[in-house]
Amino acid sequence: MAKLQPQAVKQITEIVERYKDEPTPTMMILEDIQKEYGYIPLEVQELVSELTGVPVSDIYGVVTFYSFFSMVPKGKYVIGVCLGTACYVKGSQLVCDKFGELLGIKPGETTPDGLFTLDLLRCIGACAVAPAVSINGKVYPQVKVDNVKNIIEEYRAREAN
Amino acid sequence: MEQIRNEKELQARFEKCGACLQKKFHCEPGHKAIVVCGGTGCLSADSQVIIDKFQELIKANGLEDKVTANIVGCFGFCSQGPFVKVFPEETLYVKVKVGDVEELFEKDIKNNEVVERLLFVDPQTKQHVQKQHDINFYKLQRRDIALHGNGEINPEDIDEAIGNGAFQGLNRALHMTREEVIDEVLKSGLRGRGGAGFPTGRKWSFVPKTDEPKYMICNGDEGDPGAFMDRSIIEGNPCAVIEGMMIAGYAIGAQNGYFYVRAEYPIAVKRLAKAIKELEEVGILGDHVLGTDFSFRCHIRLGAGAFVCGEETALINSIEGKRGMPRPRPPFPAVKGLWGHPSVVNNVETLACVPFILREGWEKFAAIGTADTKGTKVFALGGKVNNVGLVEVPMGTTLRQLIYDIGGGIPGGKKFKAIQTGGPSGGCLTEKDLDTPIDFGSLVAAGSMMGSGGAIVMDEDNCMVDVAKFYMTFICDESCGKCSPCRIGTKRCLDILTKICDGKGEPKDLDDLKELSNVIRNNSLCALGQTATNPILSTMKAFPEEYQAHVVDHKCPAHVCKNMMEYYIQPNKCIGCGLCMRNCPVGAISPSTEPAHLPNGNVNPGKFAHVIDPKKCVKCGSCLSGCRIGAIIKK
Ligand SMILES: Cc1cc2nc3c(=O)[nH]c(=O)nc-3n(C[C@H](O)[C@H](O)[C@H](O)COP(=O)(O)O)c2cc1C
Ligand code: SF4
Ligand code: SF4
Ligand code: SF4
Ligand code: FES
Ligand code: FES
Repeated sequence: MAKLQPQAVKQITEIVERYKDEPTPTMMILEDIQKEYGYIPLEVQELVSELTGVPVSDIYGVVTFYSFFSMVPKGKYVIGVCLGTACYVKGSQLVCDKFGELLGIKPGETTPDGLFTLDLLRCIGACAVAPAVSINGKVYPQVKVDNVKNIIEEYRAREAN
Repeated sequence: MEQIRNEKELQARFEKCGACLQKKFHCEPGHKAIVVCGGTGCLSADSQVIIDKFQELIKANGLEDKVTANIVGCFGFCSQGPFVKVFPEETLYVKVKVGDVEELFEKDIKNNEVVERLLFVDPQTKQHVQKQHDINFYKLQRRDIALHGNGEINPEDIDEAIGNGAFQGLNRALHMTREEVIDEVLKSGLRGRGGAGFPTGRKWSFVPKTDEPKYMICNGDEGDPGAFMDRSIIEGNPCAVIEGMMIAGYAIGAQNGYFYVRAEYPIAVKRLAKAIKELEEVGILGDHVLGTDFSFRCHIRLGAGAFVCGEETALINSIEGKRGMPRPRPPFPAVKGLWGHPSVVNNVETLACVPFILREGWEKFAAIGTADTKGTKVFALGGKVNNVGLVEVPMGTTLRQLIYDIGGGIPGGKKFKAIQTGGPSGGCLTEKDLDTPIDFGSLVAAGSMMGSGGAIVMDEDNCMVDVAKFYMTFICDESCGKCSPCRIGTKRCLDILTKICDGKGEPKDLDDLKELSNVIRNNSLCALGQTATNPILSTMKAFPEEYQAHVVDHKCPAHVCKNMMEYYIQPNKCIGCGLCMRNCPVGAISPSTEPAHLPNGNVNPGKFAHVIDPKKCVKCGSCLSGCRIGAIIKK
């Protein structure tokens, strides 16, 4: 198994340290790792286990249970297409299909250049502007199939600069 | 920050901040207060930039001591956002764009001139409406209980909350015994807003009076995919939920409260964390609350994207750092919950109602609603309805009033088909149910349920089999897998529904679905499985002919199921512009040899009506949405 860089060990240790006074901090630690380190591979899980004394099998069980946690790195831009009810009845499935088609990936996957991840979301509270798409937290209201290409190009152009 | 350590200091602060708020809303001539909606819908339409711009203009014009501008929680009428409201006139501007700010500032703020073009236009009378309460959407609502302060106060300023009456309910509760507080809530008739409708006071009374630690837990997991009530309540007035939790904590003898909030709600988490921190600083949270023996602290835990964690025992497992799988009940959390100690789990909206009951007295709450259910309910009204948004209505309001009077009816002259309530555990109600009053009992009797407040309106373009499939896909994704009827059964249901929607269904499938549904309902451990097939059973019951059309004639009457529909260009309507041909991703469209006609009937010279090759078409829909004259239909 790949060994963690000293930098990463330091980062993870700091995160674990933050919650040393909490009774059952596993979720909080993993959430911060996901946010700050970007993903939670096995070697990170082992380190967390070592630092907290929680068996690595338990940590693995938690990481695989919750959809927020990922064991592979996500793309630089995470495109979340809302498939909540309000968005679905207004055609967000078609929007999702279009993103998949143009990026050449399925939901949950990342483009080979590491730029985009396509995720499915279940209601982000923007039902009034359904169908909604969220990219790294920025919400795009009333996305139509025909807008998808422009949205992707907006980010590609940003990269080119 | 000035401390609030006892009742006297609270009342002094209430008076001072209340006066500030009054001054803000009824300011003296020459002064103005601008509030801008900071809910998710409006933020996605740049309301943050709007507020920044107002603040810039205030500075640039040297008006800091006369004009204020701040963000407030969701106005509820999200489809008309972003909103800008100007006090003291209470002029409400809708659909404001960043480019409008300068004009608003110049005309309204500086010269007291109403900018007519940005007012709401009543779709019926075509008249401009200047004030919020004159808009039909608001007329049947009463937004002063669960949504108290939403759209009025700055959610990031605890002083505005205090001035608006926050912690008055807590203060009254602390003068009562625990039993009296529970009794007050019992008498108010408050039932849990998380879905099951269990009487809140009863739940509190189950907690044993032992010395061990006890916990209050606020369920902010809001799993119903298509609902955002709890999120808006936290974002619009975090202090109300904190106060509700403190009152509950006092009543059950807890010293710690946990907010379990979805990770997808970063703004809610941020505002809640800020409010908690500031309340700790002034001393409202912590030891000896308001100078009494009661001590209370609040903590925030984030969900991590698992619907089943909304179930209370799964939620407790999640806080304990485990997989979010439900535990068998009994023992109920009230006896053995978080870390093995007595715990009460209450929904966000439930807790947001509690301060009203304690502040105003149970009689006022019990005076609203029906015999079955007291108070109000917040709904996230969405789907095919004109006025999409967040509404708070007294129990007993009918579905018809909700959809037509408040919701403004169905857009585009389409026909109403169904309203889905209760999310993935609920059901669909149809035309014949529209006069059902909204309360727990009546909605169940009509074949659905209250649920947590999702209300999705569907029109003739929605296929009910597809809707059932949608919910089943969701359930299959979210079943925790602990018990096999739910894990395997729901997957089987989804397979059957997928087969039907693919045009390969047969009549026997419907019997299989019913049988499977009953097995899953009767043998699942938690309510996720027990209610998982409600969307199937209720759509089968309400729309038998639609299911029949799918499995017998292999037709989808709403033209949604892709294998049973085609895109078709009406030759007599097509003007031959060729736009669709250029847009088609697979080259399925080409000109025919038939001359195209203009809308006035004349031949369009040199142009030919276009046709779609159904063998090549991948049914992406681009052509239909692009054709400007509407020549393309689904059939
Ligand atoms: C699968 C499932 C999901 C649930 N999701 C939620 C939820 O998102 N929010 C909520 O308040 N209650 C949810 N509940 C209900 C809770 O278990 C619990 O009854 C509720 O939080 C109690 O609060 P109340 O009495 O104030 O309604 C869910 C239940 C089940 C079975
Ligand atoms: S019914 Fe479904 S969600 Fe509930 S415990 Fe069983 S498998 Fe898990
Ligand atoms: S179907 Fe519409 S878009 Fe296509 S050629 Fe005819 S008029 Fe133009
Ligand atoms: S639906 Fe899509 S694939 Fe089919 S004809 Fe129209 S544009 Fe082409
Ligand atoms: S359903 Fe998509 S934002 Fe609510
Ligand atoms: S988000 Fe602005 S009105 Fe709801």
